[in-house]
Amino acid sequence: MARSSKGNSHLNTGMTHGLWSLTNRELKKWYKAPFILLMSLVQPIIWLALFGKAMNFGALFSGSSFNIPGLNIPKEVLNSISQQIMESTFGTRDYFSFLAVGMLSFIALFTAMFSGMSIVWDRRLGFLSKLLSTPLARGVIPMAKVFSSVIRGLAQSGIVFLIAVLLGLDLSHITFLGVLGTFAALFLMILGLSSLFIMLAIRSTSWESQMAIMNLLNLPLLFASNALFPAKFMPSWLQPVVSVNPISYATDIARQLLLGSPGMASLAFDFAYLVAFAALLCTLGTYMSWRFLTK
Amino acid sequence: MTQLSARFVDDDAATAKEGAESGMTSTKTIVSVRNLSKIFNSTVKAVDDVSFEIPEGEVFGFLGPNGAGKSTTIHMLTTVLKPTYGTAVVCGHDIVKDAGAVRRVIGVVPQEYTADEDLTGYENIMLCADFYGIPRDISKPRAEELLDLVGLKDAARRKVETYSGGMRRRLELACGLVSRPRLLFLDEPTLGLDVQTRIAIWEYIKKLKVEYQMTLFMTTHYLEEADSICDRIAIIDHGRILKIGSPSELKASLGGDVIQIGVEETETDLTPLIFKVNHVKTVSKSGSSYRVKAELGEEAAPAIIEMLRSNGYHVSRLSLTKPTMDEVYLEYTGRSLREEQSDEERMFALRRTMKRARA
Repeated sequence: MARSSKGNSHLNTGMTHGLWSLTNRELKKWYKAPFILLMSLVQPIIWLALFGKAMNFGALFSGSSFNIPGLNIPKEVLNSISQQIMESTFGTRDYFSFLAVGMLSFIALFTAMFSGMSIVWDRRLGFLSKLLSTPLARGVIPMAKVFSSVIRGLAQSGIVFLIAVLLGLDLSHITFLGVLGTFAALFLMILGLSSLFIMLAIRSTSWESQMAIMNLLNLPLLFASNALFPAKFMPSWLQPVVSVNPISYATDIARQLLLGSPGMASLAFDFAYLVAFAALLCTLGTYMSWRFLTK
Repeated sequence: MTQLSARFVDDDAATAKEGAESGMTSTKTIVSVRNLSKIFNSTVKAVDDVSFEIPEGEVFGFLGPNGAGKSTTIHMLTTVLKPTYGTAVVCGHDIVKDAGAVRRVIGVVPQEYTADEDLTGYENIMLCADFYGIPRDISKPRAEELLDLVGLKDAARRKVETYSGGMRRRLELACGLVSRPRLLFLDEPTLGLDVQTRIAIWEYIKKLKVEYQMTLFMTTHYLEEADSICDRIAIIDHGRILKIGSPSELKASLGGDVIQIGVEETETDLTPLIFKVNHVKTVSKSGSSYRVKAELGEEAAPAIIEMLRSNGYHVSRLSLTKPTMDEVYLEYTGRSLREEQSDEERMFALRRTMKRARA
């Protein structure tokens, strides 16, 4: 059998070689397994359908039982009041649209969380050791996890967006540029959050503790943001938390661009905040992995 | 440097020198380890001041119980772990200062099944090839060739989750070889496999070693394997090398073969008489039988019988045992490997269960 020469000079070992292969390895687990893809979409769909449709805040005012004795308020006035209240509270006339847009951030957050898990598994199963003995640049290992989680997150929010449209998302303000901007914001958010969760997992060998971290951060991150409820009605002690939570900014961008709602900050500030957040955590994550992946 | 390792290095340096003087290049050193140590959490000495050398083309084995420091040493030599102090030169590159260059020329077959279960065998090999930056036009034919060599051609397009233990091992081998390494590290390559599969795996490894002209560095706790496959063995325990040498040297170091002799005349002590026989090194009496250690058992045993008979004694029983690696191991580590083997296999089974739980 022919043997190639011993020299390995033909190898393309640069700073980023193997990045796409490693990213694709993660993605294959997802797009080649339709069941997992389906399951990861079930939760936001349930939230959309049950939470978004069941919490029919508009009906609080337009319901037939709403009547004040001695006053005979015409139906049209009531409806108009209800719409005014909805508009000023949620920035849109139906809660479903408000929630659906928040749900885009929710699914992105959820995907980012799991990126930390996979590095714990890689460590436990010896795959990480194998990677570390190859000429891959150390930074490529977490970057591949971040990229795959970004791609997954964007695809899943895309699907949630389509489902929301089918279920009756308010489309009166929609523009192509708005959709593009929304997904750019989501991209930045997942980039930062995935880096964060990978950083938390970089030395961990226990998936139990990783699960605990995820559960600890999951709901607080979600509720301490404007994804489900407008921040301006939250208690004052919670407001500062909301205003540093990157999920708030991604959601704020999405609401302004998709629903034409007035935002909590200007679009430019929202984007600047997300860019800074993503850049900081991405750099930190790459540095930490370069420094701490090897014991 | 410890006394043991110093002695070993001297021996080896001597042979290397001879080789150099006679103009031979076949004894070039491919691994040279100097005072390598790893201390975890500043207290646990996993590897304690280990020094040794491996000439190119050799099959070198680390033999030792769980937690002896075998895998930690491999992890340091493959640049996965940083040594606490000491260093090693692997294929001409320092593992601390030039880790990147080391990674390009070595291959690793890890102890765990690291192939991705959700990918096919072929995809796994291609993934490994990409880690080394091998261009597709080279890696594709190489992957096919390797799949053929390890007998996985028919299963190449099946997901790894459908593979048996032996098939997974062979796939790990193929993955470790895709970069055509000069030096291949095999960490417990047959752990958790049944006897037939183990033999088959070793057939593949031997074939591949010849095919790719590699040096092999392996760890094992199967004594028979170490005995039949390794050119040289280092017995390691508590992070230190206790003894190093070829299997026959190690066995000879025990003081030779054991001869058990039963004599009808129980009242007289025949120890001095037996001791006079050529090659006999020690004699001890227990009841009517004598335990004799002799260098060349085949020659010593008839001579002892002759000596006893000519002095009017009657030999009733005789047995001759050649020392095995098991005895060598017992001698140097003070314990038998048998129970530890089952321990390790149980751990491995647990790990596999975990892996299934993940999927």
